[in-house]
Amino acid sequence: MTGSPDIKLSVRGLEKSYDRTPILERVELDVESGSFCTIVGASGCGKSTFLRMLLSQELPTRGEILLDGHALPDEPTPDRGIVFQKYSVFSHLTVSENLILASELERAPFAGRLFGVKRRQAREEISELLQRIGLSAAADKYPAQLSGGMQQRLAIAQALAKKPSILLLDEPFGALDPGIRLDMHELLLGLWNELGMTIFMVTHDIHEAFKLGTRLLVFDKIRHDPQVPEAYGATITYDLPLATPLTELTQGPEQIASAIGLPGQSDKTNTMTS
Amino acid sequence: MRIINRKPSRLTALALGLLPFVATIIGYAIASHYRRLDNPADKLLPSLESIGQAFWRMAAIPDRRSGDLLLWVDTFDSLWRLGTGMAVSTLLALSLGIAIGFIPHVRSALAPYLATFSLIPPITILPILFITFGLGEMAKIALIVIGTAPVMIRSTAQAVLDIPREMIIKAETLGASVWQMTVRLVIPQVLPKMITALRMGLVPAWIFLISAEAIASTTGLGYRIFLVRRYLAMDVILPYVVWITLLAFLLDRALLLLSRRSFQWHHLGSDAL
Repeated sequence: MTGSPDIKLSVRGLEKSYDRTPILERVELDVESGSFCTIVGASGCGKSTFLRMLLSQELPTRGEILLDGHALPDEPTPDRGIVFQKYSVFSHLTVSENLILASELERAPFAGRLFGVKRRQAREEISELLQRIGLSAAADKYPAQLSGGMQQRLAIAQALAKKPSILLLDEPFGALDPGIRLDMHELLLGLWNELGMTIFMVTHDIHEAFKLGTRLLVFDKIRHDPQVPEAYGATITYDLPLATPLTELTQGPEQIASAIGLPGQSDKTNTMTS
Repeated sequence: MRIINRKPSRLTALALGLLPFVATIIGYAIASHYRRLDNPADKLLPSLESIGQAFWRMAAIPDRRSGDLLLWVDTFDSLWRLGTGMAVSTLLALSLGIAIGFIPHVRSALAPYLATFSLIPPITILPILFITFGLGEMAKIALIVIGTAPVMIRSTAQAVLDIPREMIIKAETLGASVWQMTVRLVIPQVLPKMITALRMGLVPAWIFLISAEAIASTTGLGYRIFLVRRYLAMDVILPYVVWITLLAFLLDRALLLLSRRSFQWHHLGSDAL
């Protein structure tokens, strides 16, 4: 399987523990190139830890993660983009400065900054992107002057600046209003269709997970010790293909939600708790 | 309306702000008046008028012996010592603080040492400095540096540690090298806090400056007030103290203004004092 050409990322026997407390155990996964994997699970189940390991922000205690058949580097690199729930963009840079930063870093190894004509060029290169994410009018504003939705649009655009083959999203829309969230879904799906990167997105909104993903990964504990609740870690308990016309969904959001104890009865209750 | 919800207008705020100052001056004038009723030659609380005359003498009339305008010579020398000392401290804070805050190995090597070093009461080092560097400028500047740098380094290192990890990781995924992260992320994020550290550092810096000048010097604001103390010259000491306070206040405001102008993004949230 590992050598198969369209497998983008494989996870083999992954384990993560903090101070001997297992968080994740026996995680096995093969993800095809261009998939949109949504990851859900109860809070504290290790889904964000899993994402951080895909980013190499944290390293596995045991097991390995292969990207295109090679072990992941042990620090974050430009082949994997990331959007966090907050602090994703640089607060001391304006919107356009945030967007040209990646090309500045690439073209000016020492100063990390472009001046004069080159800088103007870099700014022109991003004008279309600014239009696309609806921030043309806010190009010279600082992130603190933007709404939450605008900040996350900027964060997504910035994360894609280096054309990463994998985009990681850690509850990117968790702090946004429902209406804004729908706009963000459209933007994200549009970019995904266009660029064809592989996406891993952690969310606590089960409907969002069903709507966006081509594959749903549910993290939960399968082994329980009632005396020592933290004795075992979580693993992938459901791995559902989604949204392909041929597959009949055997389990809907409600079933998954009740199986892992997440709120998922309706969109209303969901936004209440999120 | 409850008093916590009532906000003064700009004019009221200004008047309220001036009130304690005016009250102090009036209080002084009254006390001075009654003391001089008993003894017209009283030295302890000289009249505002004689204070003004003494200040004018120091600022505008050349000294009979040296021909200098003493206030300005003292001010220049003191500010030069303070400025040089604080410049050195700032450079140390920026270089060491960022290295300690950003690079775990440097942190492990230097943080415990620095924590210990910053606990030495700086004034106890003054004799060592006088013995090593002599009684010249070097010892005074060194005292200011030793007194302020450790705290400033530590607060800069803390400011680096306080940069959200998310931003550093984001920079890594944008392909930034350690050097690029330092110049494009860490320094810009830390500079406004560095200015705050500088403003905080100025408070002890003035103390060390005045102490060093009082003990061994031939010019400077601290030297002057400890010199004229011998003649109970309150009419010189009091305006000098006010002058020193004014200088300290103006420096502090200038730094705050600099921070607001240069780091607009940092002041977008709630404002501090």
